[in-house]
Amino acid sequence: HARSRNYVSESEVCKLEPVPLDFGDYHPLKPITVTESKTKKMNRKGSTSSTSSSSSSSMMDPLSSVLDGTDPLSLFAAAADPVTTTATMDSTRKKRDKDDSSAVGNDFEPWSSKRGEILARYTTTEKLSINLYMGSEKGKATTTGSAVSDKVRTRLEELDDLEEGSQKELLNLTQQDYMNRIEELNQSLKDAWSSDQKVKALKIVIQCSKLLSDTTVIQFYPSKFVLITDILDTFGKLVYERILSMCVENRVSLPDNFSPECVNDTAKETCLNWFFKIASIRELIPRFYVEAAILKCNKFLSKTGISECLPRLTSMIRGIGDPLVAVYARAYLCRVGMEVAPQLKESLNKNFFDFLLTFKQIHGDTVQNQLVVQCVEIPLYLTLYSPAIDWILQCIAYRAPEVLLTEMMERCKKLGNNALLLNSVMSAFRAEFIAARSMDFIGMIKECDESGFPKHLLFRSLGLNLALADPPENDRLQILNEAWKVITKLKNPQDYINCAEVWVEYTCRHFTKREVNTVLADVIKHMTPDRAFEDAYPQLQSIIQKVITYIYDFSLLFSVEKFLPFLDMFQKESVRVEVCKCIMESFIKAGFSSLFLNQESTKDPVILNALLHICKTMHDSVNALTLEDEKRMLAALINGFIKMVSFGRDFEQQLSFYVEARSMFCNLEPVLVQLIHSVNQLAMETRKVMKGNHSRKTAAFVRACVAFCFITIPSLSSIFSRLNLYLHSGQVALANQCLSQADAFFKAAVSLVPDVPKMISVDGKMRPSDAFLLEFLCNFFSTLLVVPDHPEQGVLFLVRGLLNVIQDYTWEDNSDDKVRIYTNVLHLLSAMTQEAYIYHVDKVDSNDTLYGGDSKFLAEINKLCETVIAQILDHLKTLGKEE
Amino acid sequence: EVLSGVVVITSKDTVQHQGISLTMEGSVNLQLSAKSVGVFEAFYNSVKPIQIINSTIEMVKPGKLPSGKTEIPFEFPLHMKGNKVLYETYHGVFVNIQYTLRCDMRRSLLAKDLTKTCEFIVHSLSQKEKLMPSPVDFTITPETLQNVKERASLPKFLIRGHLSSTNCIITQPLTGELVVENAEAAVKSIELQLVRVETCGCAEGYARDATEIQNIQIADGDVCRGLPIPIYMVFPRLFTCPTLETTNFKVEFEVNIVVLLHDDHLITENFPLKLCRM
Repeated sequence: HARSRNYVSESEVCKLEPVPLDFGDYHPLKPITVTESKTKKMNRKGSTSSTSSSSSSSMMDPLSSVLDGTDPLSLFAAAADPVTTTATMDSTRKKRDKDDSSAVGNDFEPWSSKRGEILARYTTTEKLSINLYMGSEKGKATTTGSAVSDKVRTRLEELDDLEEGSQKELLNLTQQDYMNRIEELNQSLKDAWSSDQKVKALKIVIQCSKLLSDTTVIQFYPSKFVLITDILDTFGKLVYERILSMCVENRVSLPDNFSPECVNDTAKETCLNWFFKIASIRELIPRFYVEAAILKCNKFLSKTGISECLPRLTSMIRGIGDPLVAVYARAYLCRVGMEVAPQLKESLNKNFFDFLLTFKQIHGDTVQNQLVVQCVEIPLYLTLYSPAIDWILQCIAYRAPEVLLTEMMERCKKLGNNALLLNSVMSAFRAEFIAARSMDFIGMIKECDESGFPKHLLFRSLGLNLALADPPENDRLQILNEAWKVITKLKNPQDYINCAEVWVEYTCRHFTKREVNTVLADVIKHMTPDRAFEDAYPQLQSIIQKVITYIYDFSLLFSVEKFLPFLDMFQKESVRVEVCKCIMESFIKAGFSSLFLNQESTKDPVILNALLHICKTMHDSVNALTLEDEKRMLAALINGFIKMVSFGRDFEQQLSFYVEARSMFCNLEPVLVQLIHSVNQLAMETRKVMKGNHSRKTAAFVRACVAFCFITIPSLSSIFSRLNLYLHSGQVALANQCLSQADAFFKAAVSLVPDVPKMISVDGKMRPSDAFLLEFLCNFFSTLLVVPDHPEQGVLFLVRGLLNVIQDYTWEDNSDDKVRIYTNVLHLLSAMTQEAYIYHVDKVDSNDTLYGGDSKFLAEINKLCETVIAQILDHLKTLGKEE
Repeated sequence: EVLSGVVVITSKDTVQHQGISLTMEGSVNLQLSAKSVGVFEAFYNSVKPIQIINSTIEMVKPGKLPSGKTEIPFEFPLHMKGNKVLYETYHGVFVNIQYTLRCDMRRSLLAKDLTKTCEFIVHSLSQKEKLMPSPVDFTITPETLQNVKERASLPKFLIRGHLSSTNCIITQPLTGELVVENAEAAVKSIELQLVRVETCGCAEGYARDATEIQNIQIADGDVCRGLPIPIYMVFPRLFTCPTLETTNFKVEFEVNIVVLLHDDHLITENFPLKLCRM
């Protein structure tokens, strides 16, 4: 017999005594040692252990161990002090920096970021050749060492004449081969250096820089420059570190800002030797590059070394006849100069002015002939200059005064066909500077020669600036009009979209939906013929991205008429889904922020329709090959959307939305689960509104909700989500006084239990399912306590059914799970014998009131108990036997 | 000046020796070029080396050296016999001025004598008199050229420039500027050729030979017209010395400015240089 309990008084007794606490002492994260165990241990009799709540709290609190003494927060606070001190130190240092302006700040875009861009942009499909003579050298000073190993020589076919067919075959390197070869050279440079073959290393570097004088396959030149200057950088670093290591005296290395006096003679002599060797390199271009590479080593020799060297190297470039080769040499010098001595602005400027002086060469005969031979058009040729000029101008413009920039601009203006320069000015100078003069720039762009540098690139550059900085208020519309007038005339869809992509941002930033709509319409108009959009998905995608970042109000967004037609251009499934994902993400994000502002937006039929359409697209992309992760992400997005949708008090509409959603997203299980939860929530919401008393209408509605769940659950494949949802929905049904429906849910759950597999996969791993099953059953038992018996079925029909199922279920051998469940059943049964149950569902009569402690009912329960206890004893016996 | 250093002897055991001595030698080796006197004469008639300096000092008397590392410091005064001059170290083709230091360890009859030689470099003291800068302006046109066969076939060009000075300090670079004012044919390359002119005099007459030391390219490709291109060349160490004139031989230097045009015309302008050490 179960002891009869008075839950109310028991809970009084079991409650923790309130402990008086000083407010100051109180901290939720403090070790809980203050609250000693005040719980009275209950005398346990028989099998009841039900409500013994937290028995002791003096156990080791995992939090306290962390917080004890070394509170991470206080640590942070302690650490914050040095931060402030370093900050002040920084500020003083900054002051010093300002004095000699010797440091390059973080706001200087480093070369490394340009590097990848150039490599990606200047590519070729033509065959390349590496032309290396590692053999005899004319410059005597450099040939003191051995000739480079035969291996290198055979690998990189030595060749004098390109015309000979047989050798040409060997030289047919693809771009990738070429890059690999250069990388090999870089590696062999390092190897030679580490194996102390300094002369070989120097030779490799010289040969590499010699490649830069070769302008065959001119469209690859910028990339070649990048690759080879990497090698030069490596070399410069090696030499510098070697000499620096020679300066280590008494294991004390030189400070960062050493002066030449601290350098010992051996180091100086070695350094000087390098410079002498390099000075005797016969050819101009290798001599220039190698000397520039070790420019930093001048620091060992004299204080003024670098400041004397830079102007000399600058004027040395004048000897380079090919303007393209020369401008890249200048870019390299500027790059090294900025790295080593950023305060020496003079030579930067001189480099640029020298370049301007040689600018006319570009249109000279020599260059033109070369272009004809290589079949390269002038506009393409001119774009090859951009990276170099951009870089030089960027170096110049860095922290440069406004006056200088203006002067530079004036100089550029004076030259004819200045589009190339203009473009570089726009990409190198500060965006604010450009933005403030946008109208001037538009004027200049318009005046540019049609045949030269491509105009769309100019507008693109301008657009990029305007995306970063705002032009004066009054000019804004005119700028857009002027620019768009040109852009819209572009014939080539690629050129057009590259421009448009940039200008969309400007439009979104400063104008209303009307202008955005116009722009989108124009883009659609341009990209639709010949399905040009197929080649421009990345750009179109970025347009969408920009539009949704600026127009975050979705009601406004969907009122842009051309937005949906624009979406229709994404016809490739994967891209389309990507775009949809983007939109949904920003919708959910926007939804959270607008949640506090107005809820109206989430019931607007236009938005809903559009978004449903988008979600449907995402959903439809799911197929057998879709990855789990992808599915999860899509489901999360759709779930986010479903959660967002709210029709306020219009519950019926809400339900019909869910019904529609169910039909749309039937392939994504998590979405179905979410829908069931949402519908359950809806039912509970209804109950709340009606304060528990359903009218006839609401009762019918709630039943509809329950029916929705009942027919949706079986379509799920995961057995545990099905079980839990049955239980959950059953509880909801019970709460809404739909007794027969609740019964149906529970019956379904009971009949499902035998199907639970032994192993289930959790996060891709197979795990035994018993823990989950145990948890579910306990939950189920506690629900069963309040479920009234069905009048037509026998007493405790559900409990019996469940017990049978448990009995028949094939449990793991030697496991205690079954017995553990039986003990829980005992809890349930003993709770059922109480006169008044520990909890009830509002407005539902449980068995206690139904039977009123009828002796037949109690006898029935006792019988069950006996059976269960017998089972437990059996198990105990087998355990005893085993031992 | 004094040549100083240490002789280091390392051995496992004690060393028995008959004395250690140091010898300093300096000589000028002259060779006649095959071009000027013919192969056989060149082979047989190589002129006897001229000794500049030769002296020996005894460092250690015969005896024993302890095992391990022994360091014997020495100082050698560089004194000239009579009124002879100590020339700078120079490595050329037909004239070589070289100084060596030789350390000999004489040993008993059973063991070989040990010898070690090493070269040392002599830089003369800076000259007393002040160097007068002697800038040179030059203009090269088809008309200024000599040795032209068909002047009519030459493309038109005008190259101007200047050298800062033809009297050069050996440690300082040669500098100047060059402007291609105009040229009908494209320029392929402009180079500075440093040339040594070595003259060997002897009883049978003398031989004068010019050979290239180094060639430095100052312009590559068709350079921009009217833009000054720097002339800049560092004199290589060891291969150059202050201009030298003695009774037996001469070492002089010249620089050629070589302009190579695309139609393979080669234009050369020659400037004698006077090198000195300040």
